[in-house]
Amino acid sequence: MAARNVAMREAIRRALREEMQRDENVFVMGEEVAYWQGTHRVTRGFLEEFGERRVRDTPISEMAIGGVAVGAAMAGLRPVAEFMTINFAFLALDAIANHAAKVRYFFDGMFKVPLVYRAASGWGNQATASHSHAPEPIFAHFPGLYVGCPSNSLDAYGMLKASIRDDNPVLFTESIALYPKPSPMPDDLDEDSLIPIGKGDIKREGSDVTLVAYARGVDWALQAARNLARDGVDAEVVDLRWLRPLDMALVYDSFKKTNRCVIVEESLPMYSFGGEIAALLQENMFDYMDAPIKRVAAEDVPLPYSKEIELLALPNAQKVVDAVKEIL
Amino acid sequence: MGSPDKNMLLDWYRQMVLIREFEETCHRLYEEKRITGVYLHLYSGHEASGVGSMAALRKTDHVITAYRDHGIALILGMDPKAVMAEMMGKKTGSSGGKGGSMHLASKDHNFWGGYAIVGGHLPLAAGIALEARYNGKDDVTMTYVGDGATNNGYFHESLNMSAIWDLPVIWIIENNGYGMGTEVERASGQTELYRKAEAYGIKSFGRVDAQNALEVYAVASKAVEYARENGPAVIEHVTYRYRGHGVSDKQYDAREDMSAELKEWMATREPIKILRDCIEEMHGDVSEMLARHEADAKRIVAESVKFAESSELPSSRQELLRNTYVPSELVHKTAQSIGAGID
Ligand SMILES: Cc1ncc(C[n+]2csc(CCOP(=O)(O)OP(=O)(O)O)c2C)c(N)n1
Ligand SMILES: [Mg+2]
Repeated sequence: MAARNVAMREAIRRALREEMQRDENVFVMGEEVAYWQGTHRVTRGFLEEFGERRVRDTPISEMAIGGVAVGAAMAGLRPVAEFMTINFAFLALDAIANHAAKVRYFFDGMFKVPLVYRAASGWGNQATASHSHAPEPIFAHFPGLYVGCPSNSLDAYGMLKASIRDDNPVLFTESIALYPKPSPMPDDLDEDSLIPIGKGDIKREGSDVTLVAYARGVDWALQAARNLARDGVDAEVVDLRWLRPLDMALVYDSFKKTNRCVIVEESLPMYSFGGEIAALLQENMFDYMDAPIKRVAAEDVPLPYSKEIELLALPNAQKVVDAVKEIL
Repeated sequence: MGSPDKNMLLDWYRQMVLIREFEETCHRLYEEKRITGVYLHLYSGHEASGVGSMAALRKTDHVITAYRDHGIALILGMDPKAVMAEMMGKKTGSSGGKGGSMHLASKDHNFWGGYAIVGGHLPLAAGIALEARYNGKDDVTMTYVGDGATNNGYFHESLNMSAIWDLPVIWIIENNGYGMGTEVERASGQTELYRKAEAYGIKSFGRVDAQNALEVYAVASKAVEYARENGPAVIEHVTYRYRGHGVSDKQYDAREDMSAELKEWMATREPIKILRDCIEEMHGDVSEMLARHEADAKRIVAESVKFAESSELPSSRQELLRNTYVPSELVHKTAQSIGAGID
């Protein structure tokens, strides 16, 4: 099948655009999404194509962005609300955690909340402490909300479409570092090629160790796997893609084969993705375990501005390789 | 406070040309990749807003602002060398390289810092003012906030609290027409922004042409006097940003209407020129003095660049982790964080 390299930003734009063309009730709102064409250029051209009714610039009012989306969704629209970066979604945490995620539950199924929050995530480039978070696990803490975190263009396309079409609220994070990154998309991609919510993916097959990751962590894991291959170590890379729901069956199948696991994430190490996966593995796969589970995450520190110490704090492929070597 | 004398006006001129030189140098250094990162928000165009208003303060008063903080730091007298070193993330920077452009601060100058989350510093301002009220001091907290930030919940909650507790804050809304790419008219239902504060019962000093340092000073003096005795005050400064929102926001350059507007502001409402004209009108030919300040600004900024570039970057793990927590005897010896707080 012929394929073409497409930047993740373009894939997300295409998915969003097609969904807006398909369903009149889908609309976007957020800071700078309309006239400025999107801070990250995802909504470039949208204002022109869909007009002000469906492409709505908001003031710098995150609490309202989070909550207006909930009300609009309850009333029957299908908002795609953008947080310029996920750092600012902290201001909307109450609307997200207490209303988007819980309205259906506390009225015992009376309402549904079909919304998507999109948020650019991740750290690097000296963005400084308050603008340097990859806090996906915080949002994945709350039952009632799904969390999707794609690692490449094709996944982003299918995951965002499923998120928009599903009747549940989804937080969809987009790694800033991955926006410009090209990866192959088939030329004859069907507009309905959705990726099921909660379905993980094996990004590389291997038999010696399982690397579990999502979003940008997948890049580090794949790069580590290539480096390890030179030393004759065959790593399998599991991209969970969604932090909630979680495709643990895929991880278990891989682990049964490799009996070793390193978990890779961009986020902070305490009370983390790594902690969750490791706990599930030891609870459910104890008999298959040949070595301690290792975790590679960011350093347990707020991120500094200065570039050398910033790099020290970030996970990378070499840290993954080192962790694997410790348990072989 | 009376009207500013000649020496005071000349000193304002010194501050304004220093800021302009510093900011334009930062802009050039960023283009040359000698300052890196993604955020660098310049105060060019805003000079009279900060200079005129802070001239109404005394040493024991407090100042806090958002990320557009270089000018504020320089007005307060922070060492340009330490500020430039911070831009480059050096050990000798005012925040040791940890904070960068958006997080300048100086305890010695009662400068409580620049903050990067829009509106996030506003409750801090109220808290700083609360300390003064609490302990019976009559120091005020001068707080700068953008037009865009007045649409954020932080703004409304903080202003309301300052009103009910009579906190001595001067809320200065720096209305430069835009929050990133959004015009005030598209972001705010009430476009006379000081009226938002009035709604909470805060004493309003209205709108000021903040390209004119003398006008800024006259109004700020009254507001400071009021706040010292009574409680919160608001002033709306109408100003303009010369270098767009920040250095990495290239879309700004593409908008023709914006660049035409910028030319117009620079031609007709240039704050340094307005001050110069005022001084000359009041005190005759002072060109020699002004030229000296201009030359000094160039020299001081060039020295700051030299200093910053010859300083070291922090590079150790120990430097990375330092100052996450206050070291404390009260913490159980064997309790652990994964990394943070190891000193
Ligand atoms: C809570 C939050 N939302 C969004 C941003 C991104 N952002 C940074 S500055 C800015 C515009 C602020 O405009 P204004 O308050 O007018 O200040 P100005 O930059 O014009 O000085 C935005 C949207 C942020 N830093 N924090
Ligand atoms: Mg503004």
